Amino acid sequence: MEILMSVTAGILFMGGTYLVLSKNIIRIIIGTSVISHGAHILLLTMAGLKTGAPPLLGLEASSYTDPLPQALILTAIVISFGVTSFFLVLGYRAYKENGTDNTENMRGTDSYD
Amino acid sequence: MKSNDVILQTVANIVLFIILMFSVFLFFNGHHEPGGGFIGGLMTSSALVLLLLAYDLETVKRILPVDFKLVTAAGLLVAVGTGMGSFFFGAPFLSQTYDYFHFPVLGELELATALIFDVGVYLVVVGITLTIIQTIGEDR
Amino acid sequence: MTNLLIWPILLPLLTGILLLFAPKQIRFQRVLSAISGAGLIAVTVFILLTVRDGGIQTLELGGWTPPFGIVLVGDMLASLLTTTTAVVSLPIVIFAMSTIGKEREQFYFYAFYQFLITGVMGAFLTGDIFNLFVFFEVMLISSYILIVHGGTKIQLRESFKYVLVNVISSAFFVVAVAYLYAVTGTLNMAQLSQRIGSLDSDAPILTVIAVLFLIVFGLKGALFPLYFWLPASYTAPPSAIAAVFGALLTKVGMYSIFRTYTIIFTHDTGFTHQLLAVLAACTMVIGVIGAVAHQDVKKILVYNVIVAVGFVLFGVSTLTETGMAGAVFYLIHDIVIKGALFLLLGAMIIAAGTSHLRNMGGLIKHHPRLGWMFFTAVMALVGVPPLSGFVGKLLIIQGGAQDGQYIIIAVMMAASLLVLYSMIRIFLYGFYGRIRLEKADQHGSTKGLLLPCAFLIAVSAFIGLGAESVYQMAATAAQTLHDPQIYIDAVLKE
Repeated sequence: MEILMSVTAGILFMGGTYLVLSKNIIRIIIGTSVISHGAHILLLTMAGLKTGAPPLLGLEASSYTDPLPQALILTAIVISFGVTSFFLVLGYRAYKENGTDNTENMRGTDSYD
Repeated sequence: MKSNDVILQTVANIVLFIILMFSVFLFFNGHHEPGGGFIGGLMTSSALVLLLLAYDLETVKRILPVDFKLVTAAGLLVAVGTGMGSFFFGAPFLSQTYDYFHFPVLGELELATALIFDVGVYLVVVGITLTIIQTIGEDR
Repeated sequence: MTNLLIWPILLPLLTGILLLFAPKQIRFQRVLSAISGAGLIAVTVFILLTVRDGGIQTLELGGWTPPFGIVLVGDMLASLLTTTTAVVSLPIVIFAMSTIGKEREQFYFYAFYQFLITGVMGAFLTGDIFNLFVFFEVMLISSYILIVHGGTKIQLRESFKYVLVNVISSAFFVVAVAYLYAVTGTLNMAQLSQRIGSLDSDAPILTVIAVLFLIVFGLKGALFPLYFWLPASYTAPPSAIAAVFGALLTKVGMYSIFRTYTIIFTHDTGFTHQLLAVLAACTMVIGVIGAVAHQDVKKILVYNVIVAVGFVLFGVSTLTETGMAGAVFYLIHDIVIKGALFLLLGAMIIAAGTSHLRNMGGLIKHHPRLGWMFFTAVMALVGVPPLSGFVGKLLIIQGGAQDGQYIIIAVMMAASLLVLYSMIRIFLYGFYGRIRLEKADQHGSTKGLLLPCAFLIAVSAFIGLGAESVYQMAATAAQTLHDPQIYIDAVLKE
């Protein structure tokens, strides 16, 4: 299971990198979001999957799964949720202001350089 | 923009309350069982987003004349304030405590200070989500 | 005073939240920001004195004992940096009051400024590597908003790239934390140090993790191959925001390299720290090339930020107590002086109405005080003895010599000279030279802008003149870094 999840994380990283390398703003944003998902899955996998009962009070199991990675990825997911939504709004505003969603046309062309 | 989708509107009117009730359940279910302020807040905001989809921005603003940025701020204040409550007892920041209380109908219940913190989280999540949606929705 | 250490984080956070309630009341926003800034200085100085007299302070959040809960650690390095941050953040916010513009003030500028300070303070104080990530994000999200704040065309264009780079590096941060957790099973920095010390010393995966962290923090701190995003994005926002970015944001990245490369990753110093030294040297070279090549005053200064990254990290890479004390000293000096220089340049741009050197000139006729303050600040930056830059550089060079890195020392000396050249060029072309603006007042006055700058320069002079006492503290900080056992004992209380 861990190997499968690691491969999944790798595929997500691969797809995300491909998307980020494209020139379209929306693709780039989705790419960053996919990369973050890959990172979260990796974080969850790294602690070992299903090594015991869910870490809930009152189950009285003999062993519990390590709750820390779950807490960590919850935090990371919330952060990436916030950042992605901000990024989407930013991309939208940049599109409206610059009149293009192609990063090729968003290069720094300062007037004096 | 005035949308006029009768089926969606009719369904939304009913489903809205089911979702809201479930979100309250999720909110109180937290702490020991899966649930809590974050998930409850997301559920509530998804109900409001459904309302937004079925009707339009102006209608929702008329029904809920709340500035969601202020809701976010209030939530943050509640959450941080709960953490600071421990200062009065000389305990480290964010320390929590709990006790059992007897309620008339519900019987014996455990109440933790983490619940107040969760109220803060709930308000922040609802506030933030709807602020985002409204900001994107208004601009067209 | 159990909760002393949380106050530097809590004070700006609370202020920011309160400011969210009344975005349109500019007077309230300004007064509260100033009060909170002053309060922050008081609190951090108090912590600094407590740490100096009483050793490392810790605070176990929520009462959970260290390896399990999050712990805040106020050692000498952290408390020195929080104090400097507080000292720099107040003048910048006062400068912002008269330059940032009403539109921005009404749109949560002060609130997000406070959240940024919250993130910076938290990153300095935390003793948990995942918590460091969280505070990094607090800081970064505020910085995303500040960099795009006002929404001009150039800001939107540059901030898109800035956000993209930082989102990717945050993903790498999570990956690095995941690997670290898989290998060691803990995220508490003290316990990490302990466990890595007892692990098989030539575990190659640890070197991989160390380099991964170097990539993450190098991206935030603008280390050599990863500096590319910095010049464009730091020149886009208004001067006050650029000042807080230049003074603080890269420093948090540098601080994290400081922490991780002294306390945690000391297993294979032959590779990791040599890599760090080489990258630091390259950073200096690239920085001065940019600083000398550009004609735009903001760009020149921004490239100087990159040079300073090289100086400090070279001090860290020597792994000698002298070098690290020098790096700490230089880091503090650089926060103060970069803040001052960004503000002075902001005042200059307002006075001249342009940021291009060719269109400035003769400013000193109408703005003599601005001119001489700028000159003093440049002298401090370069390290002319009575001012603050000298001691730090001297110690870094001494440390480098102890480590035998003579080539990099030579690079550093040359870089220092070129820094002097690039900054004096601003002085010569901008302040002397043919008068371009007959009526210098026509672009707005610098009235009220000079006070914050004067305050920062005074602080720099204080650090230089009181070098003895500051050096004592920097040496204590370096001692803790050099011997992680002090840190471990203080946090885990064994």
